[in-house]
Amino acid sequence: MSGVHDMSDVDIETRRLEAQTDEGAQQLRPLTGEARARELVLTGGPWPDIDDTMILNMGPQHPSTHGVLRIMMELDGETVLRAKPVIGYLHTGMEKTGEELTYVQGSTNVTRMDYASPLSNELVFCMAVETLLDLEPPERATWIRMLLVELNRMSSHLLFQATNGMDLGAVSMMIYGWRERELTLRLLETITGLRMNHNFIRPGGVAADLPDGWQHDVLELCDQVERGVGEYDTLLTENPIWRERTVGVGVINTQEALALGATGPILRSTGFAWDLRKAQPYLAYDDVDFDVIYTANGDVFDRYQIRLYEILESVKIVRQCVEHMPGGDYRVQDRKVTPPPRARIDESMEALIHHFKLFTEGFRVPAGETYVAIESPRGEIGCYLVSDGSAKPTRLHIRGPSFYNLQSMDAMVPGGMFADAVAIVSSIDPIMGEVDR
Amino acid sequence: MPDTDADAREPDHEVEPEPTPVPGDEVAAALVERFPAAVFAESHGQPVVHVDRGAWHDIAAFLRDDQQFSQCVDVTAVDQLVAPSRALPESVTAERFEVVANFLSHARNRRIRVIAQVPADEPTIASITDLYPGVNFPERETYDLFGIEFADHPDLTRILMPDDWVGHPLRKDDAPARVPVTFKGDPSPR
Repeated sequence: MSGVHDMSDVDIETRRLEAQTDEGAQQLRPLTGEARARELVLTGGPWPDIDDTMILNMGPQHPSTHGVLRIMMELDGETVLRAKPVIGYLHTGMEKTGEELTYVQGSTNVTRMDYASPLSNELVFCMAVETLLDLEPPERATWIRMLLVELNRMSSHLLFQATNGMDLGAVSMMIYGWRERELTLRLLETITGLRMNHNFIRPGGVAADLPDGWQHDVLELCDQVERGVGEYDTLLTENPIWRERTVGVGVINTQEALALGATGPILRSTGFAWDLRKAQPYLAYDDVDFDVIYTANGDVFDRYQIRLYEILESVKIVRQCVEHMPGGDYRVQDRKVTPPPRARIDESMEALIHHFKLFTEGFRVPAGETYVAIESPRGEIGCYLVSDGSAKPTRLHIRGPSFYNLQSMDAMVPGGMFADAVAIVSSIDPIMGEVDR
Repeated sequence: MPDTDADAREPDHEVEPEPTPVPGDEVAAALVERFPAAVFAESHGQPVVHVDRGAWHDIAAFLRDDQQFSQCVDVTAVDQLVAPSRALPESVTAERFEVVANFLSHARNRRIRVIAQVPADEPTIASITDLYPGVNFPERETYDLFGIEFADHPDLTRILMPDDWVGHPLRKDDAPARVPVTFKGDPSPR
């Protein structure tokens, strides 16, 4: 938007636009003569002296900001010069709430942070509590946790595929993505009792054993999701319109991603194969065979592709979970940590007391502090937990990957077109519940 | 889909750091040697170093430039108002606030946690945003929720709470849900 228009250029441009359409062409013509003079008076000065950039607020109600993210953008025409995410619209003080809840109640709180992958939040919290307790959950609990977290990774990435497609105008993709995600959530519902915010992974193990016939349901889901991912691949990956919108857009390199604290698919899209499941294995990830997906270009397309193929890797892990699921207890038989079975309460006074104490006072955790990190669908989710020896944490801090990943927008958005900002925000896949907590 | 081989990029993947006695962690040992005021402590197998808050920036620079800690994954704080007599190494003077930073080295596949004691009457510490730009948001969050000021931070404003908010909610003596009682007939605050 240069101030003084070169008329010959304008004529050429106007003619080109009019050749395409005659509708609204007069609005595209720059003002001349009297109209231009009036405009100058109204805006208070000659054009060249006016700062030509414009500050535009995208959000917090914009549909493509995935919740209540607000982005302040400085625009020069259609080009974004700077972008600043403004957050806090969903801040509900969950870390403060966490200090008021016992460790038994804690997973109910943290599961509501990243509502697209609640089980990762529960897992990291429970692993932190177990580290402070020096408690090792039984093998079956570990495998059930791994099965659930991978199912959740599938549903989270399917949600991404749906919303990413919708943001970029591939609306049919939205319906397909929701379709497979719904199947995954339905399975999680049969296992945990809830579609979201499961509160199923608890300190000491999981809340209940797997239901009868779970193997059949899980394997059936694996087939359905694999078929779905194949369809998305056919629909989008080689689609010229899709590639036009995504390839080379929002590029970030490894140094930038590391410096800005980005983890997960954003870091892996820059050619840096870092996945905590491989690098610092937890649960039983040592015992299953899967690959870390990474690509080299660091653009929106790569992040789409990584998440697409990570669904297949999760399917692979889930199948191995079905195959290798060990028997035994699904939680530790330590009555100071896990409640007694319902039937025992009718027979045993001790069981009744344990049950009562556990759900009123909770259990005490030895004083100490720890930081536990796992790989959530969005990157490294960490839990910094400080205990003073009582039944409630002194400090419960969740390192939400979206909170950090959002900063990588600084490297991706400037210099690009305004419309690409939508694609970039979508490819970061932020969950505002986790950003604002 | 490229051929994926995570191990090729992580040479230390198979060589897990051995859990060894104090100050067994080699990074912590190097850090303590360089900064004699730092005190090593182990917390559930994780290396922790208690440092002087004056050396905060130098230690971050040391970890980044000399020890290959490529990411500062987390910066946060703890308000120890209600637990002043907590277990700390002997030479560390307990203060009200603790600022905690978790560093991650991808090349060496190890973590280290650095903790500085920050007094209540002067809650300031150096910002490390110039070394790790990714701590911009978490330092703002710590400022917002604890009122700890990070000197030389480029944009130290509230991030989660509204700009006109009074108080710092994660302080133990802050009561975020407290609403002033208004009686009938009182002059309205607006």
